[in-house]
Amino acid sequence: MTGNIMIVGVGGQGTLLASKLLGHVLLEQGYDVKVSEVHGMSQRGGSVVTYVRYGEKVASPVIDRGEADFIVSFELLEAARWLPYLKPQGQIVTSTQRLEPMPVITGAAEYPDRLVEKLRAAGAKVDALDCLALAERAGSAKAVNIVLMGRLSHYFGMDESLWLSAIEQVVPPKFLELNKRAFALGKNA
Amino acid sequence: MRQLMLGNAAVARGMYEAGCAIISSYPGTPSTEITEEAAKYSEIYCEWAPNEKVALEVAHGATLAGRRAGCAMKHVGLNVAADPLFTISYQGVNAGLVICVADDPGMHSSQNEQDSRHYAAAAKVPMLEPADSEEARVFAKRAFELSERFNTPVFLKMCTRVAHAQSVVEPGERTVPAQAPYVKDPTKVMMTVNSRNAHARVERRTLELIEYAETCDLNRVEMGDTKLGIITSSTSYQYAREVFGPGASILKLGLVWPLPEKLILDFAAKVDRLIVLEELDPVIEGHCKKLGLQVSGKDLFPICGEFSQNLVRECVGLDTPRFLTIPDPIPPRPPVMCAGCPHRGIFYILNKLHCMVYGDIGCYTLGALAPLNAMDLNVCMGASCSGLHGFNLAMGRAGESRSVGVIGDSTFIHSGMTGICDIAYNQTNSTVIILDNSITGMTGHQQNPTTGKNLRGEPAGKVDLEALCRALGFERVTVVDPYDLAAVERVVREELAADAPSIIISRRPCVMIKGTVHKPPITADTDRCVGCEMCMQIGCPAISVENGTVRIDPTLCVGCGVCAQMCDMGVLDGGAK
Repeated sequence: MTGNIMIVGVGGQGTLLASKLLGHVLLEQGYDVKVSEVHGMSQRGGSVVTYVRYGEKVASPVIDRGEADFIVSFELLEAARWLPYLKPQGQIVTSTQRLEPMPVITGAAEYPDRLVEKLRAAGAKVDALDCLALAERAGSAKAVNIVLMGRLSHYFGMDESLWLSAIEQVVPPKFLELNKRAFALGKNA
Repeated sequence: MRQLMLGNAAVARGMYEAGCAIISSYPGTPSTEITEEAAKYSEIYCEWAPNEKVALEVAHGATLAGRRAGCAMKHVGLNVAADPLFTISYQGVNAGLVICVADDPGMHSSQNEQDSRHYAAAAKVPMLEPADSEEARVFAKRAFELSERFNTPVFLKMCTRVAHAQSVVEPGERTVPAQAPYVKDPTKVMMTVNSRNAHARVERRTLELIEYAETCDLNRVEMGDTKLGIITSSTSYQYAREVFGPGASILKLGLVWPLPEKLILDFAAKVDRLIVLEELDPVIEGHCKKLGLQVSGKDLFPICGEFSQNLVRECVGLDTPRFLTIPDPIPPRPPVMCAGCPHRGIFYILNKLHCMVYGDIGCYTLGALAPLNAMDLNVCMGASCSGLHGFNLAMGRAGESRSVGVIGDSTFIHSGMTGICDIAYNQTNSTVIILDNSITGMTGHQQNPTTGKNLRGEPAGKVDLEALCRALGFERVTVVDPYDLAAVERVVREELAADAPSIIISRRPCVMIKGTVHKPPITADTDRCVGCEMCMQIGCPAISVENGTVRIDPTLCVGCGVCAQMCDMGVLDGGAK
């Protein structure tokens, strides 16, 4: 069986570090792992998605509609955008942050209201938390990605030390303690 | 040690292990990281060339001198490098030459989705196509060996989903072959009888390569259930495995030009039904049909766009997974010009003056989006200059007085120079704006000949754009600061009215360049805001209006002050003017 995790957000939010961390942890567990992302144009504040797949042998590098076990989202609208990619019994872990896209800023479109409720009404399990506030509590607004990974880890049976050693490998030493705090705040939220 | 590696990084690793000494490239998504990752190995000399033609000629020159060399480019870059490609195929190499080319099915970051395999066939150059990172590493090494064995350049073809996917790699050691001696050989001059002989050699080489393709381990048969046989390559192989499972019969091609004949016929004979699964054009399918096989391909699967497992399932009539939706429309989130982007002021004025804008390839293509709406056309690198000249030839004064070409500094060096040379030489009163932001932005901040730094960020030669434009024949060359809207408007009006060709250089470094010192964010004096939303016309992601009042996002704003110049009420004066 292949496990499928999507990490979604807005270009510039730090989704790449989150997928790097997750990739490390899964590889360390002995899985075959594939992590896919699109570079280039979408980095400029557009909608971004990273696919993380793991299992005994992973074939396709991408996750398709109805296949994701988890969607980890940095932003509410992005969680809603990628909802069709979730398995009907899948889990969304999302920050409650709202970032308005340009069509909303210019008034050409509306940002849907009550998104968490609507995602739940559609049948998704939704774990929504204010990751920005938790990241700031840990010491930096930029640690949202690690807060989210901490929250995701809550759903896996893996040993916490695996996550912490992966954090040591992907973040610079001077930010290590901050990121460990962010991870714990997310996990225990 | 097994590790996760980006496909492009694995190509770089393979080139490193093969003892590659020199890489010359022009950046282009999804190929850029090949050269950036290779540059992390101090043993490989890596450079950014002005364009792909130059890059290929540099790499080929290095192989003539006896060292293994390579270049990397995106699919449309290969169009630029096509001229040397066809004759290098004739002339051959003196050490391995590998040309990495990355296609972009689905056009995530490209203006077309051409299929590079046609170049392999047209130039008669063998092409290897890996399906994951480990194959990318191994195939890069094999490509050098093939290049030397068959005296030919060799393509290593990537696509977005292989280039930008990380998968598990087991790196090997680097082995450096001895430098092959350079010996003058009169038959290497590609003219008359030499070229005729070289062409005949290429045709013999192709026959030898087909023979090689029949038995080489780059192509492999994975036999399973014989009701259905699938011929495939690259990322399509992964979708086939995903959909049809480990028991399916698959002929996986790693050498996609030239294609084997006996191998395919033997595989076809063992299965009841044959399908070809390939993205973009029916290249393998056409080959099978020429062999007289009954095969399904583009009758089932689309030519346009990239594949996925659900697309394959749908096309062969299998069920796709159930999924959830919400009723609300989800507003799109297109990429936007960054807050403080120096291009913004230029596009705002061009839109205000109702200019016809011939754009080019780079971040500034985003000037086409609302609310700036300041781009009419674009085609390829450099077309903003030459295309504008043609437009004005046909339109006359009515065109010259309201049309501009807009091109970035790196793109200008790539192929805008020759276009403005035509403008100056053949004299249309065309106006070209060079957006000089001191970096190659869209592909992720590479240095270029105008920045004064090389690929490793060390001091290097520097093109003087003003002097270059004057030398090409422009008497009117004006430099303007794009943060100063009044100055931009004045200069654009003057140059459109001028009775001579002109160049406007809009000069401001990209705000994303590391180490750029920004001014403090603008603070809005909201008591004075009347909610007119004039500031919204520049499409800055840091500005929004909530409950009729402007709000500046201090985490995005870099204090460029362009919005303050839009505001008559003095709400946004707390920044740079």
